Amino acid sequence: MTPPATRLRLALRRPWVARIGVIVLLLLLWEIAARWWIDPMFLAPPSRVFMSLSTVFETRGVPAALRITFFELAVAFVLSVVIGLVLGFAIGLQPFARKSFMPIVLLLYGTPQVTILPLFILYFGIGPASKIAFGVSHGFFPILMMVVAGVQNVKPILLTSARSMGASRWQVLRYVIFPHMIPSFFTGMRLAMTGVLLGVLLAELYVSTAGIGYFTTLFTQNFDPTRLLGLIAVLAAMAIVLNEIVRSAEVYFGRWHTD
Amino acid sequence: MTPSERKREKPLASRAVQITFLVVLIVLWYLATTRWKVSPLLLPNPVLVASDFWTILRTGEFIGDLRVTLTELAIAFAISATSGVIVGYVISRSQYRIRVFEPLFSAIYSVPIILFLPLYVLFFGLGPASKIALGATISFFPIALNTIAGFGYVDKVLVTAARSMGASDVQLFRYVLLPAAFPIILTGMRMGFTVALLSIIGSETIASLAGLGHRIVHLAEGMEMAPMFAYIVFVVAIAAILNTLVSALEARGRRHG
Repeated sequence: MTPPATRLRLALRRPWVARIGVIVLLLLLWEIAARWWIDPMFLAPPSRVFMSLSTVFETRGVPAALRITFFELAVAFVLSVVIGLVLGFAIGLQPFARKSFMPIVLLLYGTPQVTILPLFILYFGIGPASKIAFGVSHGFFPILMMVVAGVQNVKPILLTSARSMGASRWQVLRYVIFPHMIPSFFTGMRLAMTGVLLGVLLAELYVSTAGIGYFTTLFTQNFDPTRLLGLIAVLAAMAIVLNEIVRSAEVYFGRWHTD
Repeated sequence: MTPSERKREKPLASRAVQITFLVVLIVLWYLATTRWKVSPLLLPNPVLVASDFWTILRTGEFIGDLRVTLTELAIAFAISATSGVIVGYVISRSQYRIRVFEPLFSAIYSVPIILFLPLYVLFFGLGPASKIALGATISFFPIALNTIAGFGYVDKVLVTAARSMGASDVQLFRYVLLPAAFPIILTGMRMGFTVALLSIIGSETIASLAGLGHRIVHLAEGMEMAPMFAYIVFVVAIAAILNTLVSALEARGRRHG
């Protein structure tokens, strides 16, 4: 029988145990700080946030707001993928179009779109449409760039050999370019998910009538940190789950491809 | 036409397409506001926007807001760059610490931290402090992660070789670790700078008292479309200049690293 101290040290040698230890330690610090040092108007201890998660969902309108936000995220993501694919192929397949338009795309991608957020509200209203549009404006760029990069990075020898064996344009696209694009396409999907989350949440926080942005503002103005933290925790969990889904898709579909 | 001639011609043709694209866009914009009667509340006349842009530049009324935004950016970036590099370096010194902390950091990095903006406003108020804190938090992660990647995955052979030739700790750091890690850290700093700029302008847009983001929202709420478009052009230009500057610094640092 090993003494408990040694067993603890053995357990800590595994990184994931230590990782959980770090998280628990941080939560503990937060708990202590919130209970004894910080004004309860501003911070709630994690235990109370966790216990009152149900009151967040019982707040009138919160479940509907979460549904709306989820709907906005889903629609914005699908639109980003479609627009990114179409534009990516339109620009990427032609070397001339790529040389002409990629600098413009890169320039646009580099500017913080949040400067034109008020314009989105003006054109699309304060409802879900503006959130979706703003999410798409963040989401389609990574897909576009990854499609262009994927098309560009196909080894020339593969294209030449396919053509010399008499492949048609469509066959080259279907059997050579498309399979080679898949890994980078899924990387683009992951980045697009990050972008869509950022865009939709920024627009929600800026102005919102029924989405979660409305409730974060409400809880902040009422100095109700318990429910604010609860809502943020739920949203963060949602973001992590969505990211993980796309990331495992990336790993799954990229597994055949080894360089 | 020889191949070399064709090669020289191509960038010119691309440039022509780019300029045509821009000109067509502006002409369409002009026609939309004059010929097709799009409401000036949705789309102001480009000539008006240009004259307002000129007025803003000439009178220097942008200086106050620009100073607020740039100060926030500079402080936030200074905090995240120093803490990110130090924390990253400390973690990178042992494989165990890398395995404990790196997945933790990348998990947090994948959460949209802008979600916590209401909390930051609650803690630090509407003033510059909340923007600095948020910008520093968001840009900390790419810098720390890249520092870990830079120092943590230096080729073992190089370290062993330097050691066997009798390099001291300082020499090992100066001549092996730093040159290997420097380009990767620079990339992290560029990424951190970009997201810091984005999150600072974003949080100014959402809740603030001053700054360029605040100015745009203020004009939008007053329905003063032409000056608002002029300010958008101004901010986009500033962002483009800053990003180009940082990319150029990164390229320069890589060459000298």
